[in-house]
Amino acid sequence: MKRAVFWIVAILVLVGLQLQMSNWIGAYYYKIVILAGINIILAVSLNLINGITGQFSIGHAGFYAVGAYASASLVTYGEASIRGMVAFLPRVGQDAVLLLLGITVAAIAAGIAGLAVGIPSLRLRGDYLAIVTLGFGEIIRVVILNVDAIGGARGFSSIPALSDFFLFWVFLFVLITVAVITNLVNSSYGRAFISIRDDEVAAEAMGVDTTRFKVLSFVISSMFAGIGGSLFAHYTAYLNPNSFTFITSFTMIIMIVVGGLGSIQGSILGAALITFTLEAFRSLSEFRLVGFSILLVLVMLYRPQGLMGIWELLRLKRSTAIAKS
Amino acid sequence: MLITFLQQLINGISQGSAYALIALGYTMVYGVLGLINFAHSDVYMFGAFMGYYIANSSLVQEQLGGSFLAAIVVMLLAMALSAGLGILIERFAYRPGRTKTRFTLAFWLGILGAMFGALLSDSIVGILAGAGVGIVVGVVVELAGIHPVRQDSRLALLIIAIGVSLFLENGGQLVFGADPKFFPEIIPSTSLNVGELSLDTQKLIVLGVAIILMVLLNLFVNYTKTGKAMRAVSYNLDAAKLMGINTDRIIALTFAVGSALAAAGGILVSLLYPKIDPLMGVMPGLKAFVAAVLGGIGNITGAMVGGLILGFAETMAVGYGSSTYRDAIAFIVLVLILLLKPGGIMGKATVEKV
Repeated sequence: MKRAVFWIVAILVLVGLQLQMSNWIGAYYYKIVILAGINIILAVSLNLINGITGQFSIGHAGFYAVGAYASASLVTYGEASIRGMVAFLPRVGQDAVLLLLGITVAAIAAGIAGLAVGIPSLRLRGDYLAIVTLGFGEIIRVVILNVDAIGGARGFSSIPALSDFFLFWVFLFVLITVAVITNLVNSSYGRAFISIRDDEVAAEAMGVDTTRFKVLSFVISSMFAGIGGSLFAHYTAYLNPNSFTFITSFTMIIMIVVGGLGSIQGSILGAALITFTLEAFRSLSEFRLVGFSILLVLVMLYRPQGLMGIWELLRLKRSTAIAKS
Repeated sequence: MLITFLQQLINGISQGSAYALIALGYTMVYGVLGLINFAHSDVYMFGAFMGYYIANSSLVQEQLGGSFLAAIVVMLLAMALSAGLGILIERFAYRPGRTKTRFTLAFWLGILGAMFGALLSDSIVGILAGAGVGIVVGVVVELAGIHPVRQDSRLALLIIAIGVSLFLENGGQLVFGADPKFFPEIIPSTSLNVGELSLDTQKLIVLGVAIILMVLLNLFVNYTKTGKAMRAVSYNLDAAKLMGINTDRIIALTFAVGSALAAAGGILVSLLYPKIDPLMGVMPGLKAFVAAVLGGIGNITGAMVGGLILGFAETMAVGYGSSTYRDAIAFIVLVLILLLKPGGIMGKATVEKV
C-alpha cells in the first residue's frame, strides 16, 4: 500500500515537473538535468558490479552503446508498423509504447552482451574482467563503425525523436533503477554480492555460487546500462560511435569513485556532481579531463571511500590482497 | 604460396616481438604488485613521442643526421626518459598506498597548478607560478597532517592505475597535441632479396632489437643479484622484505625496466607504422596484455611467447581473412584463453591460500 502511494506520488510529481521544469530553468539546464538523470542510471548500475559485487568493469560504455543502438534500430526501422498496431492511442501514447519497446529491447540486448562477456571473465578471480570489458567496449565500437545500417562512422541520424516527454521518462527510470538496485542489495542476492566483494573464498566456503552471482550482478548491471543507452538514443535522436569510447566508461568510474564505491546515494550524488562540473568546465576542453583524472587519483589515495562510500571494501586483509603464490 | 606464407610469418614475428616488448612490462609489474598497470600502454605512447622529439631535435639532426648511431641514441634516450616516467608513476601513484611517502599531494597539485597557470597566462612564468602555488599548498596540507591512506586493496590500485592512464592520455593531448604526427624514418627501409623472398630491413631490425632486449632482460633477471631480488619480490613480497630486500627500490626498478622496454616497443612499432598520436597506446596496450595473459601472466618467458603467437595470429588473420576486424582477434584469443586455459601457456595453476 505504502509503495503504491509512493509510486503514484512520484509519477504525479514527475508529470508536474515535466510540465514546469523547462519554464523554470530554461532549455540548456533542462538538457543537463536529463543528461544527469541518464548518468545516474549508468552510475548506479555500474556501482552494482564495481562497488557492491567488487568486480571491476571498465567497459560500461560498451553496454550503454549496445542498448542505445539496439533501441534506436528497433524504433527507427519498426516505427511505422508499431505505430500502426497502436494507432488507437494518442501521439504521446504511441511514443510511450515505442520508447518502452525500445527500452525493453535495449535491456535484453545489453543483458545478452553482458552474459557473453561475463561468463568467460567472471569464472576467474582477479582483474580479468577489467581488461575483457575494456576490450569489449572498444570492439563493439569497431563493429558499430563498420555496420552501415546503423550509420557507421557517420553516426545514426534518423532516429525518431520521442523527446516531448523526456524528463518524465528519464526520471521514472532513475527511480526504477534505484529502487530495483536498492531492493536487490537488501535481498538475499545482494547479501551474496556483498559477501563476494568482502571475501570471495569465504563466500564460496559458505555455499555462495560465486560465478553465478557475479555473472548475475554483471548482467543486471549491463541491462540498466542498456536502458540508459536507450533513453539517451531517443533523447538526442542522434548517435555517434565517438560518444561511447573508453573515456565515457572512465567518466562513469570517476562518478562512482567520487561518490563512493558501494554506496547507491554516493553514485547518485557523484553522477549529478560530475555531470554538472563537466558541463561547467566545458570551455576548458582537454584541461578538464586532465583535472578529473588527477582528481580520481587523489580521491583514491586520500579518501578511498569517496563522498559516501563504505570503508570496509578498501580494507581487505593484506593476506587476501597480496597472496598469490 | 609458401613464399607468401613465409612473408606473412616474418611480418607476424616482427609485429609480435613489439607486442612482446610491451607485454614484458605488464607481466613484470603484475608479478611484483599483482596489478594490471593500465598506465603502461601510455608509457609506450610516451616512449614513441620522446623518440619523435629526440629524432627531430636539432642536436641529433645536425650531429648525427641519418646515421645508424642516431637511431641508437634516439632509442636509448627515449628508453631512459620513459624509465623515469615509470619511476615517477610508481613513486607518486602506486607507492603512497603501500608505504609511507611524502610530497604526493605536492606532486599532483603541482601538475594541476601548472595546468591552471598555463590556462590563465600562457607563458613559462604563469606555468611555474601555478606549479609553485600547487606545490606549496600540497606541502602545507601535508604538514597539517593529511597523508594518503594506507591500503592494500587491489581494486584501489586498479582505479589509481586507470586514473594515471587517463591522466597521461589527456595530458598527452594537451602537451603533444591531439592530431597525429609522423615518426621520422630513423632507419631507412630497403628490401633485401633472399631467393624469391623480399625482406624489409626495417622489419628485420625491429625483430633483431627486440630479441637483443629480451636476451638482455633474461640475463638480468636470471643471472644478477638484483634480478634475483626481483624474482624474490615477485614470489613473495613480504618474505622478500623480511630477507632484507629493499622491496620499494626493487618495485621502482621493475617499473623502470618495464617502461624502458615499452618505450623501445613504441619506437619499433613507430618505425613500421609511423603515425603516432596520444591515444595510440590503447589498442597495442590491450593486445600486449592479452599476450601476457596468453603466455601466463607474471611469467617473463611467457610474455615473449605470447607476444609472438599473438602477432602471428593477427597477421595470419589479416593476411588470409579480413582486415576490418583485425582488432577483434586479440579479444577472441583472450576469451578463448580465459575459457580454456586461464593460467596461460607457461603459467602454473595457482592455488589460493587462505
